[in-house]
Parts: sequence; C-alpha cells; structure tokens
Amino acid sequence: YRPHGLRQSFTYRPHGLRQSFTYRPHGLRQSFTYRPHGLRQIQTKSKKTLAKPGVKNIVLVEGVRTPFLLSGTTYADLMPHDLARAALQGLLHKTSLPKDAVDYIIYGTVIQEVKTSNVAREASLGAGFSDKIPSHTVTMACISSNVAMTTGVGLITAGQCDTIVAGGVEFMSDVPIRHSRKMRKTMLALNRAKTLGQRLSLIGSIRMAHLTPELPAVAEFSTAETMGHSADRLAAAFGVTRLEQDEFALRSHTLAKQAQDAGLLSDVISFKVPGRDTVAKDNGIRPSSMEQLAKLKPAFIKPHGTVTAANSSFLTDGASAVLIMSEEKALAMGYKPKAYLRDFVFVSQDPKDQLLLGPAYGTPKVLARAGLTMDDIDVFEFHEAFAGQIMANLKALDSDWFAQTYMGRKVKVGAPAMEKFNLWGGSLSLGHPFGATGCRLVTTVAHRLLKEGGQYGLVAACAAGGQGHAMVIEAYPQ
Amino acid sequence: MAGVRSLGALSRITAKRYNVLSDISCRTFSVAPAMSARTHVNYEVKEDVAVIRMNDPTSKVNTLSVQMQNEMIEVFNEVLANDAVQSAVLISSKPGCFIAGADINMIQACNTSEEVTKLSQEGQKMFARIENSPKPIVAAINGPCLGGGLEFAIACQYRVATKSKKTVLGTPEVMLGLLPGAGGTQRLPKMVGIPGAFDMMLTGRNIRADKAKKMGLVHQLVDPLGPGLKSPEERTIEYLEEVAIQCAKGIVNKKISLTKEKGMMQKVQDYVMGIEFVRQQIYKTVTAKVMKMSKGLYPAPLKIIESVKAGLEQGPDSGYLAEAQNFGKLAMTSESNALIGLYHGQVACKKNRFGVPERPVKNLAILGAGLMGAGIAQVTVDKGIHTVLKDTTVEGLSRGQQQVYKGLNDKTKKKTITSFERDFTLASLTGQLDYSGFEKADMVIEAVFEDLNIKHRVIKEVEAVIPPHCIFATNTSALPIKDIAAASIRPEKVIGMHYFSPVDKMQLLEIITTDKTSKDTTASAVAVGLKQGKVIIVVGDGPGFYTTRCLAPMLAEAVRLLQEGVDPKKLDALTTGFGFPVGAATLADEVGIDVAAHVAEDLGKAFGSRFGGGNVEVLKTMVEKGFKGRKSGKGCYVYTPGLKSKDVNPDIEDVLGKYKLTPNPLVSSDSDVQYRLVSRFVNEAVMCLQEGILNGPVEGDIGAVFGLGFPPCLGGPFRFVDTFGANKLVEKMKRYEEVYGNHFTPCQLLLDHAKDSSKRFHK
Repeated sequence: YRPHGLRQSFTYRPHGLRQSFTYRPHGLRQSFTYRPHGLRQIQTKSKKTLAKPGVKNIVLVEGVRTPFLLSGTTYADLMPHDLARAALQGLLHKTSLPKDAVDYIIYGTVIQEVKTSNVAREASLGAGFSDKIPSHTVTMACISSNVAMTTGVGLITAGQCDTIVAGGVEFMSDVPIRHSRKMRKTMLALNRAKTLGQRLSLIGSIRMAHLTPELPAVAEFSTAETMGHSADRLAAAFGVTRLEQDEFALRSHTLAKQAQDAGLLSDVISFKVPGRDTVAKDNGIRPSSMEQLAKLKPAFIKPHGTVTAANSSFLTDGASAVLIMSEEKALAMGYKPKAYLRDFVFVSQDPKDQLLLGPAYGTPKVLARAGLTMDDIDVFEFHEAFAGQIMANLKALDSDWFAQTYMGRKVKVGAPAMEKFNLWGGSLSLGHPFGATGCRLVTTVAHRLLKEGGQYGLVAACAAGGQGHAMVIEAYPQ
Repeated sequence: MAGVRSLGALSRITAKRYNVLSDISCRTFSVAPAMSARTHVNYEVKEDVAVIRMNDPTSKVNTLSVQMQNEMIEVFNEVLANDAVQSAVLISSKPGCFIAGADINMIQACNTSEEVTKLSQEGQKMFARIENSPKPIVAAINGPCLGGGLEFAIACQYRVATKSKKTVLGTPEVMLGLLPGAGGTQRLPKMVGIPGAFDMMLTGRNIRADKAKKMGLVHQLVDPLGPGLKSPEERTIEYLEEVAIQCAKGIVNKKISLTKEKGMMQKVQDYVMGIEFVRQQIYKTVTAKVMKMSKGLYPAPLKIIESVKAGLEQGPDSGYLAEAQNFGKLAMTSESNALIGLYHGQVACKKNRFGVPERPVKNLAILGAGLMGAGIAQVTVDKGIHTVLKDTTVEGLSRGQQQVYKGLNDKTKKKTITSFERDFTLASLTGQLDYSGFEKADMVIEAVFEDLNIKHRVIKEVEAVIPPHCIFATNTSALPIKDIAAASIRPEKVIGMHYFSPVDKMQLLEIITTDKTSKDTTASAVAVGLKQGKVIIVVGDGPGFYTTRCLAPMLAEAVRLLQEGVDPKKLDALTTGFGFPVGAATLADEVGIDVAAHVAEDLGKAFGSRFGGGNVEVLKTMVEKGFKGRKSGKGCYVYTPGLKSKDVNPDIEDVLGKYKLTPNPLVSSDSDVQYRLVSRFVNEAVMCLQEGILNGPVEGDIGAVFGLGFPPCLGGPFRFVDTFGANKLVEKMKRYEEVYGNHFTPCQLLLDHAKDSSKRFHK
C-alpha cells in the first residue's frame, strides 16, 4: 500500500517553525471575514434536487471527529485504534445510536499500525459496538475515508445494508519503523535455526549496516519523488507564486481561527486522553502575518522553490466518523438527516507530473454526472494538501487550454468562487490526518449548508498515487 | 569491444549540414552589413537582466556555427554597452537543446592546421571575453550542452541546468579525434579538478545534470515541470529562465557568492594538486593508461594531456596556445578524418531510406530465448513494443526472461531507470512456449539454431499462425536468406536481421534483403531496428552477407597463422596493435569456435578455394574436443569464471601440432602478419561493393567498424584504402599472392583504384 507520502519528511518539523508566528488579528484577515448570507440566495439552480427515481436516497445523519492535533502532542502515547475509538464513541454519544443498530463499519487509514491492521474492527470492538457487526479497513492515501464512505453508500444502494458507520484515522505520532531487509531476513532465519551453531553463525553474520532502520517511504513509490517536491513542481508548472501560496495559507488559518472562535466547528468532540488532559480544540490553527510567512525558506526545492513548512499541511493525529443511512431507515429511527450524499467519482492520473491534480479532474466529472454547473454549488470544501496544490487546481479548473489538452473537455468548468470556498479553514490550518480528512470534508459541507442555507456542496480531494475524489452533497430540506 | 561501443557516443555530438560555404568566407569580413537582421541570437531586457536567446532556425539543434558566433558577439557587445543591463542570462529557446557542439563542417572546411588553429583562437578569444565580462552571465542549460557548448557554458560566471534526462554535459571531441579547442582544456581542470577533467575529456562521456552538480560543473539544478497552463517543455524553459534571472540578480546584489566556500576535502585535494610531483605522477599515470588503451593509435588523448599540462605548468598563455595549436594539428590527422567520417556515416545509418512503413510494428514475437533472442527482446521491450519471447522449453525460456530482467535491473542499479520503470517495462514482455497470440504479431524475428532444416520447420509453423501482414525476419549470421525463404509461402515478407552479440551492447544491425523482399518489409525492419537504437546497414543477400563474409577470410588467415606457429597471445597483440579492439584469437573464442567452423565450412563451399587458408579441420577438431570458445570455458584460451586474465589453452598445441605449417619468412614479419589479416578483410569488403552486396562504401565502413571492430582510427575498410593507398595495398597483396595464391588475389574494383589514384571511395 502507498502511504501518502509522509510529505513533511520526518526530519523537518513544521510546527516548530510555526510556533514563532505571532497571531495578528488585523491585516488581510479582514478581507476573509466570513459572510453568512450573500447573493447566492437569488441564484436559480439547474436542478431542484438530485434525487433519482428508483434510486435510494442516502443520507448523512451525523459526522464527528476528534480534535486534530499536531503529531507528537497530546495524543503522542496513544495508538491509532484509540483515536478511532474516541471518534466512534463520540458518534454514539451524539446520535444516541443503539450499539447493535449498525450493519457494517468501515474505516480508512494510510499508515497502518501492524498490530491493528484492521483498525476498524479493533476500534469498533473497543468502542462497545456489538461484536456481531462486521468491519473492515480500506486505504487510498488521503482519500481513504472517502472510500470508506462511498463503500458504505455502495452497500446501502445494493440493498445489503441500511446503516453504516464510516470513518478514518491517522496517527503520525508513531509509525512503524522496521529493521532493514537484511536484518529481517537474518532474524527470520534465526527463528528457523535448529542448532546453537546455526544460531551463532547467523548472529555472527549481522553487520553494522544491518542495523540501519527502514523508515516508512516518504516518497511516491512509482516515481521516488516526495509529495512536497511534486507540489512545488506543480505550483511552478501553473506559475503559482510564493506570495499567492502564503496568502492562501494565511487565509486558511485566519478562516479556521474565526470558525473555531465562532463555535462553527461543531463536529469536533472533546476527548479525555488517558493520562492527559481533555482536548476539545484543534491545535494547529496559527494565523500569522505575511511577513512572518515570507521569512521561511523553501522546504523541498532549494533554493528557488516556493513550498514552505507554513504553506503545507502538517503531520496530524486525528480520527473522524460519520453515520450514513438510507433515508427511510433514518426517518424510521427518528433521525433528522443533515444532507444527502449524491454523485461521486474517483479519478486518477499521472503520478509524476499530475500527482495532486485530483480535484481538477474530479470536479468537472462529478458535476457532469450530477448535471450541475459550477454556479449551482453553494459550498466548496477542497482538501488543502499544499497551498500551491490548491492554487494549481484552481488555475487548472479555470483554464480552457488545460481542459482541452488534458481533460478532453471542450471548455473549462471554471474555478470555484472564493467566497464559497473552504470558509471554515482547511487541511492547511485544521490539520490533515491522512485517513480521516474525507469525513471531515463531507461533514463540514453538511454543516455549512445548514448554516449558510445553500443547497449543493462539493467535496474534492487529491491523494498520493495521482488519484482524486469528488462528491456532490445536497442539503436535507429542513 | 569497448572501443567500438564507445563510438556509440558519437551519435550524441551533432554536426549541422552547412553547405553554404559562403558562411565561412564571410568570417574574414566579419563586419558584413547583412548582420542587421539577426536570426540566430536575440535578446530581451527583463528589468535589469538581459535574456540572450539562441535558436538556429535552420536546424533541430543549436551549433556554434559562424553565424551563431558572429551574432553572439554582436549581442554581447550590445549587452555590455547597455547601461540598463546589470547581468545576463544565456538560454536556448529550442526545446531540448542548449548547444550541441561546434559546427564540425566549419572545421572540415579548413585546409591547413593554421586555419583550424585560428578558428580555435577566435573561440578562445570570444570565451575569454565572456569569462572576463564585468556583467555576470548565467548559462541556463536545458538539453545537450556538449563540446563547444560546454566550453561556452563554463566560460560563463554561473550555470543553472534542468534535471531532465535530455540535459547532458560533456566534451565528446576526443571521439572525433579532436580536443576541446575553445578553452576547455584550460578551464575544466580548474573547475572540476585535474582527475575529473581528464576523465571528461579523455572518455568524452556524457554527464547527467545531477552528476554535473556534484562535480561542480553546474551551480544549481531546476526540476523539469509537468503540464500546467502551457506544455511541459515550454513551461520548463520559462521556469529555467525565471530561476536563472533570479540567480543573475542574486549575483549582482551579492546574495549569491561566486567564490564557493571550499569543503575540507576540496582543500585537501587542492593542496595535493598543488604539489608538482603529484601532478607529474598524474600525467604519467594518465598517459600510460591512454597508451595502453589506444596502443598509441589515437593522437587526440595525448594532445589533450599535453595541452592541460602546458596550462598548468607553464601558465595560461602557453596553455591556450598549446590548445589552439594541438587542435589545429589534430584536425589534420587521418585519425580525426576517419572518426568524423564514421560519425557522419553513423548519422546516415540512423535514417530510414526506405520510407515510412505502411503499418508500425506494435507486437513483435521472438522465437528462441537464447542469448540472441533474449538480447533482441531486451532492446525491444523498453521501446513501447509489446514483445513475445517464445522458446520450446521452460528452462530456455526462463533463462531468456532472466537475461531481459537482468539487463533492466542493471539499469535500475545504475539509476538510469527506477525500479518502477523496470517493472512497467517488463509488463510488455510475455514469455511463452506456444504460438498463442501470434495472430496479433506484426513481426516475428526468429533466433533459433543455425540449421536450415530447423529454420524451414519454424517458418512453416509460424506462417500457419501469423496474420497476412506479419513480417518474418530471420536472425542468422551466414545462411542465405533466399534459402530460408524457400520454405515460405510469402517470400516478400521474409527478411534477414543479423544482430550482433551481445545485442544490448553492439550497435550494428545488418538487414539483408532478397530479390523478393518487398520495400515495405525492408522499411518496417529498418524502422524496428532504429527503434531498438541500432545503426543499420541494409545489404544484399549472399553467403555471409557483408559482415560475416568479410570476417571469414580474416579468421581463415588467423587459423593459418596459428598453424604456422604464431602464439594466440602474439596474434591478439598484433591485431589489437593494428587497432582492432579485440584480438583475432579472442574474437574467435567470443564468436564461438563451433560457429566459426560452421561459417568457414559454409562459406568455403560457397566461395571455393579463395576462402581457404587455415585448415577448417583445426576448428573442427577443437570443437570435437569441446574447445568451443568462451561459452564452453575453453577455446584458444582457458576461461576461469571470475578471473579476468586468461591463459592460452595448453591442449591447443596438440591440435595445431597435428596441422602444423611451415611459415614463409618472406611474408611472416609482424607487419606482414597484420597486413595478411587486414588485406583479406578489406579485399572482401571491396568485393562486396563490387558485387552490389553493399549499397555504398559508407555502409561498408559502418558495418565493419560497428559490427566487427575494424579499427575506428582507420575509419573502416574503404576509408582505409583511400588513406593507405589502394596501390600500396595491392602491392602487398601481390606479394602474399605469390606465396599463398588466390587467397590474396585483389578484386577488380581494388585494382581499378590502385591503377587510378584519383579514384576514391570517400570524396
């Protein structure tokens, strides 16, 4: 499996750098001030609803997540299933769901803890779900929990299940670091050795070089390029400047801070960490100033690169969970659904030069499937892997040349309007636990639609391997 | 055959066809008024940086032609005079080529060494001005930066290069028998150190961008970009320019220092190199190595050492003078002439003169997974052609598959491809034991055992399963194609493709057409060969075609010499001393004694007593005793696995003793031994041209050098006749004829040339 590039390689610590940023409430921030109601209300939609005759309506009943924390902080001593369990318990608590009312549990994760490789099962058992509920774990880099959700959608559509819990978890405070292949080989041979002589000769064959540990790959397997490096090249290919990236990063942090302060991030549950304090807030949100951001040196392509620690997402621990049901079942159980999960697509492209362009490819495709236009969308939630990656995707969406040359389309779909885009912060500021981000995006769209009164939302994300995902979400009539 | 292989690198130097001689004459009147409209060099001022862009509109690549140089000087003067400009960036606006080198034809147009020396000095002068420019110049390199292009770049103050596979830096002049004549021998040692500079200039090898950065040849690397709002190539050049402009500004405002902080290693190295004794030792070691490898037959490497030495020991003035003078001398040598001829020939043999085939070969099937078959698969599978490798046994097939895997894996180890690319490439290879899927094959190449009956059986089996358009190519080294095609129901689709072993290393492919082979079949075979990266000669059908036919009489002579008591080691020394990369005895072992016996017998039957000389029974007896050459561990020599040195096979004495001949002292001097071997080779080559087997002397030279290791310094048999003199050669042959009879009878064409000295194979 492909870990999504522990893109900020283990040697460099973005948070350390960021601690020195001073938070400035003035400046650019004002221009990002969140406007709950705008002109959107007078827009007419191409379609009244995306409900299709003969197709089951699938609804998002609830979505929660643990606070997303910089790895190596309060969650440092936990294990991945602990975080997943916390998210599941939070969901149970918030929905008062009976512990045996779920048909299937699916989790997404990227870096697997070898002891809990089916983390969905370990977490659901620990969270007190009935041991009669099967559960499995999926992986597709940064869109792993998207796959968890769409797998659930598939099971409901196929009539196999009615109630699904899907989620994602990532725990970067601890990752499996292995012995070298040579050492592993020797150790395995040692296991099979029968006589003392055989054992001694095997032990004697161990050399210093055997002791070098093997870190999880920080690079794309097929190209041997780290994700940050690819993002920097992508930004350069689309002519995204350092300034644009820093501005977008600042925007993300500023908006996240506003949303946090305004209590909009209601999907966050508080979590009493064993042996530590209770955490109730994301801890990576640090609005800074353009001057501070400009001081940072490029992190990947030196000396002329544009991607820095501050305009990239950081290594994060966190877990998320959503409750997905067929509409009739949700209503029968007395729930008030939050949103419909509608059309979705997965896309993939060249992992070398288009590694992070998933949103650019996925967006027009999913809009076409749903029969919507860019203007119909009220709420955009794109996964922010790197500020440069977001800007590159927006430019790709807004380019006729790109649409014609690489996507086989006649015209561009256009870039999303920024006043609808990631208004409560994004992965750059809230954090990005690889396996858990998808559910956060979907839940945020649902919450924003409720809060802002829009009808359609769009989720889009890129992932290692040159893959991507996009999904249309429709507000549930209130 | 390393010598032959290294010639392959020749293809990377590029000459531009410059038939306009007037261009050269205008050099003397360089203030020609026609310069007002510049076509090759232009510049634009961005803020305070002048971006100088080169683009030769008449060619795919940029060369330092007269026009380019004149315009460059003009632009450079303007840039210096422009007060708004603080610094400059030098970049090519041609995607994928910086400067591929000097214009070879410019040198070839000179008649005396003085003229060439003058050319060199003008180049030196121009680059000295660049080097001493008060405004820093940044060379922004994308694509090949070779020869004169590299010398230009290293005269600049700063170098930025793209990390693209196409970006290579190097000084390939040595492969043309020349030296870097525009300051290269003087600047490189200072830039990359004496050992590094010698390595670059004496091997002429291409250096990739990342290696160049490590060596200190470039300062900064730029990653190639993927698609954005423009095509990847276009945007990558733009990006390179942006970064180079930043660098130029950085140098001006002192953010980038041009004097690099030296590391400890560097300081130590500098100190060691500062000791005269050490330097003298280096010159001695390098000279000894060159002499050992070149046998003193190639003057260029020695002149390179001489020029470097002059600069380091006697100061720059002597150095530059030595460089220019040596350059002039080298340009007039027959060796340089021969090597440049080979270069041009190679370029010609990389073109398909039969046009575009009706349908491209997308699926290729190879019969026989032996050394040859697997080798062919190896050079095909990574060219985007789906390749089927078929054998009759699982063991044979898996050996072949392993060979292909190993070839690719070795590239992975050398980091020329990633392990992913290796796996991806291997996905296009199918190994199988049956004919399934052959209905989709566009071409079948058989590489089964060299036996006419087997080949006939195979051709019938294959024709039963392949589609009507499919071409049947046979890889044989001696069986006439028309005999093989006799079993075919569609002889117009049958063609010979004679590969040389090892296929992945040997550059030549000899394609053999019969009277019935259609033009489209030939075009298709050439297209496949070119895709495989081969240098191709297309020859007529006949026993031994061209290459094997030339080799056979020489090997027959070698056997006779062995019978006459010449020790295999002596025989090898004499042939390599003449310039052959591999000695005659070793060559026989490499080819395989059994193959040699087979060929000698077949061709002996076909051509009669003219192909006699050594007794075929010698070879046959050796085969009977199991001395089949390297593959069986014993031949003329004994081969011990893992051991590089080899001893003469002691048991061979008995065999030779049985067939002992008494040497005639009149024709047995060392020199006579060499000419006995070479004259039979050359005479047969000329006869192939006379009989129309060969299309022309160029293909004859290329085939002999790239396929058989004919001394590259002689440029091939035809150029050898031109240079050596047909009359002198005929004279020698007549002397040998008196002793050995018709083995040495010169052919009519050679006699014609001997009679009329104005007749030459190469103009």
